[in-house]
Amino acid sequence: MSLKIAASCVNCSACEPECPNEAISAADGIYVIDPAKCTECIGFHDDPQCALICPIEETCVIDNNYPRYQPAA
Amino acid sequence: MELSEREVAEAAVKAGASADEIMKKMAEHKGCETNSDGGKKASCGTEAGQNDLAPEIWEKVKNHPCYSEEAHHHYARMHVAVAPACNIQCNYCNRKYDCANESRPGVVSERLTPEQAAKKVLAVASTIPQMTVLGIAGPGDPLANPEKTFKTFDLIAKTAPDIKLCLSTNGLTLPDHVDTIARYNVDHVTITVNMVDAEVGAKIYPWIFYKHKRYTGKEAAQILTDRQMQGLEMLTARGILSKINSVMIPGVNDQHLVEVNKAVKSRGAFLHNIMPLISAAEHGTVFGLTGQRGPTAQELKRLQDSCEGEMNMMRHCRQCRADAVGLLGEDRSAEFTTEKIMEMDVNYDLATRQAYQARVEEERLAVSGAKANELQILAGVESDIKILIAVATKGSGRINEHFGHAAEFQIYELSTGKGAHFIGHRRVDLYCQGGYGEEDALETVIRAIKDCHAVFVAKIGGCPKKDLLAAGIEAVDEFAHEFIEKSAITYFKRYLEGVKDGSIIHVEKGDAEIRPGEVAVDVAAVAAE
Ligand code: SF4
Ligand code: SF4
Ligand code: SF4
Repeated sequence: MSLKIAASCVNCSACEPECPNEAISAADGIYVIDPAKCTECIGFHDDPQCALICPIEETCVIDNNYPRYQPAA
Repeated sequence: MELSEREVAEAAVKAGASADEIMKKMAEHKGCETNSDGGKKASCGTEAGQNDLAPEIWEKVKNHPCYSEEAHHHYARMHVAVAPACNIQCNYCNRKYDCANESRPGVVSERLTPEQAAKKVLAVASTIPQMTVLGIAGPGDPLANPEKTFKTFDLIAKTAPDIKLCLSTNGLTLPDHVDTIARYNVDHVTITVNMVDAEVGAKIYPWIFYKHKRYTGKEAAQILTDRQMQGLEMLTARGILSKINSVMIPGVNDQHLVEVNKAVKSRGAFLHNIMPLISAAEHGTVFGLTGQRGPTAQELKRLQDSCEGEMNMMRHCRQCRADAVGLLGEDRSAEFTTEKIMEMDVNYDLATRQAYQARVEEERLAVSGAKANELQILAGVESDIKILIAVATKGSGRINEHFGHAAEFQIYELSTGKGAHFIGHRRVDLYCQGGYGEEDALETVIRAIKDCHAVFVAKIGGCPKKDLLAAGIEAVDEFAHEFIEKSAITYFKRYLEGVKDGSIIHVEKGDAEIRPGEVAVDVAAVAAE
């Protein structure tokens, strides 16, 4: 899985520099997460950083369209 | 900084007097004789004038329109919006609409890159020579966006070394950045401190994001207050001026702010600015939705008065927009949109700016001279009566605004002890907007200044004059274009004489409302987008 950003994003940019994988970037009016880069912060932090700093609840959420991230063994 | 100060002094010499000489003359003029007895602290009231402050602090604040009440009539500042991210959540802030409180309220319609911001600053400074201060105050927390904030400072410091740099922060990451702040010669930092007790803080801050974790409740508030106080101490140790902003939230931190005042004063903050909570359901903030009210004008004044003995209080803050341009309160942002600026050919002309500023110094000397002479008028008159007056002014310390054009009034308290004492601003909706003389608009003005005995204006129509009188507020236009203090004291002397000979019956006036003014209007505008 990866995280994704919902349409409730207010475009504040707070999440972007917090991502340890540089997976977040500005798109059209909201920010987006690149699922190929997002590791759910596994290997870096206890919790997804984007979700922790995001001022809008339920905006940085798990995207079930992607399989669970597997840390390299 | 070194260089630009020398250059400024040279320009002043060309204009006939050095800035220092002028400031010295002002010190002599202002006197404060009335206070030199009784062992009281030498003070001309709450003004951040040089009498209250150590010389090196006065040197830093005298041209700062936010910190020196006296300077804000003559100099201008601007804010640029380069820092949208924040690392804490306040119950009075809805991140969607930027913050209606703190020093980064209102609506920032466009976000700038550091390069755009620097160009904007230079363009404005070339057009408005009074522009001496650049602030970065948000719309988020400038230190949650340190790269953008410091990159902007870096670009401006290179081209316009005479512009003072300042920033406002919630303080959470302040200790990490104090050395960078010192390196960029930022000499003014504003920290928003709403509590020094985690118990109180838990009611204001639902969470903070700190060192990769989200903290809530008392734990969050404890970290925040520890970091704020540590940051303040570090600034003081490096000789960087710090001002404290507090938002007064009735029933939550109103009494507690006296504690805050002591805590920040003992750590070297030089000004404390207590602002009323601005709260309405349509802001969509937690406090707006829970119906938490803001303070009334008298509640705010009482709290400011009870902190006054402790420290310089700043009363002229009007919670302006984070991208405001121009003299405090006089918003010229529309002239400097990003589109217009990117087309401009900016030619930064330091010499013209300095010549202009030297002239302003002469004007300031004239204003304080008028003040000192007028205090003599009240010599020998003793009375317990205190009244408030509202003044319509565009700046320069004169009564020079038409009643119908005033977007806000300056409020002065008149007493035989302190003469005319500035206590704050009241925002009103533009009375003239959308047709002249609308009934409800006038009523709004009356509600905002109904604790005043008189309103001083440059001009006023017959109808509003009559309605104001019916509400117990005398409209005074005989002092049009004269100095505020001088006129107010002349009026007050006559008032006291009238009370004495029985021609005026003195009545105490009630409380007044603090209106969110432009903030409510702007939030609505954004919501409609
Ligand atoms: S969960 Fe972590 S890795 Fe994924 S986008 Fe958010 S911050 Fe980046
Ligand atoms: S922190 Fe949240 S609201 Fe801000 S840009 Fe990221 S996803 Fe959007
Ligand atoms: S909000 Fe306005 S008046 Fe208050 S400190 Fe900032 S610039 Fe100065």
